[in-house]
Amino acid sequence: MTTIVDEVSAEHVRGRGGGGPAPTRVVVAYGFWIFLLSDFVMFSGLFATYAVLSGQTAGGPTGHELFNLHSVFIETACLLFSSYTCGLGALSAERGQQGRFYLFSLFTFVLGAAFLFIEISEFVGMIDKGAGPSRSAFLSSFFTLVGMHGAHVTTGLLWLVYMVAQAAAKGLRPHVLRRLLCFSLFWHALDIIWVGVLTLVYLIGVE
Amino acid sequence: MDGDERSIDDRTPGVEERESGAGYLSYTAGLVLALLLTIASFVVSQTNLLWPPGIAVGLVVLAFAQIGVHLVFFLHMGSGPDNTNNILALAFGLFIVFLVITGSCWIIANLNANMMPSMPH
Repeated sequence: MTTIVDEVSAEHVRGRGGGGPAPTRVVVAYGFWIFLLSDFVMFSGLFATYAVLSGQTAGGPTGHELFNLHSVFIETACLLFSSYTCGLGALSAERGQQGRFYLFSLFTFVLGAAFLFIEISEFVGMIDKGAGPSRSAFLSSFFTLVGMHGAHVTTGLLWLVYMVAQAAAKGLRPHVLRRLLCFSLFWHALDIIWVGVLTLVYLIGVE
Repeated sequence: MDGDERSIDDRTPGVEERESGAGYLSYTAGLVLALLLTIASFVVSQTNLLWPPGIAVGLVVLAFAQIGVHLVFFLHMGSGPDNTNNILALAFGLFIVFLVITGSCWIIANLNANMMPSMPH
């Protein structure tokens, strides 16, 4: 009888602060989730800027002339698959499968680096054509928005290397797993922002 | 004891329930759905499958669908009571994002429409 009563009261208080403080893991992930949402809010400012300025080409090249959808599709696929391997890596780490974690992290890193390589070569190609960030308001906002996403991906790659080093040096201990959880949240969030960039900047811009 | 503790845990974003196989399945389902939606976005933008003036709206709808897929299958945002805090924070974040983006577009479009025609020099 007591267990049933306990379960009912546990059910009743769940999510309402009952049952004492939440475990560290829940607190850490929730805090990091709030940070990611604030990152989305920051990106929303850049998206709004781009949406307002995308028509202001000052007689310079438009998105239709500059964007190459083939490389954008490859970029998108790289980031999506890296999000997938990152999720599988986090899952392997949770289950204590260190070898699989290294393997999936390697895939994540290679795919993320491929994304970044394509993006940087796209930027270099545009600047060579005289379509740098100083050419028009459209290009300023384009480089700010896409470049900010690229900067996040760069940070994510450095963080991934750091996490693999931690897993190798300290093993998959609870605090390492918590940091890894934050990293995988960050990496999935970057993919969500990329969906917005892809749609607003590339697909609607070229159409 | 461990079971009791887990029963009152809140869910963290990004963590699937600990059922064997469920995690891999969830990520794979998310990958397949996201790939399909991405390909659909590219097809819609490059063909006249949709009525041309409606293409932008169609792309935005597809983007929202894909963001939903990412949230559910990769970040494991569910509708259960143990996820309430995460969903509420997300709802507030999306509210601010919506205000910033639509508010900016609305105000600037209005200012643009009310600009005085530029004088010839």
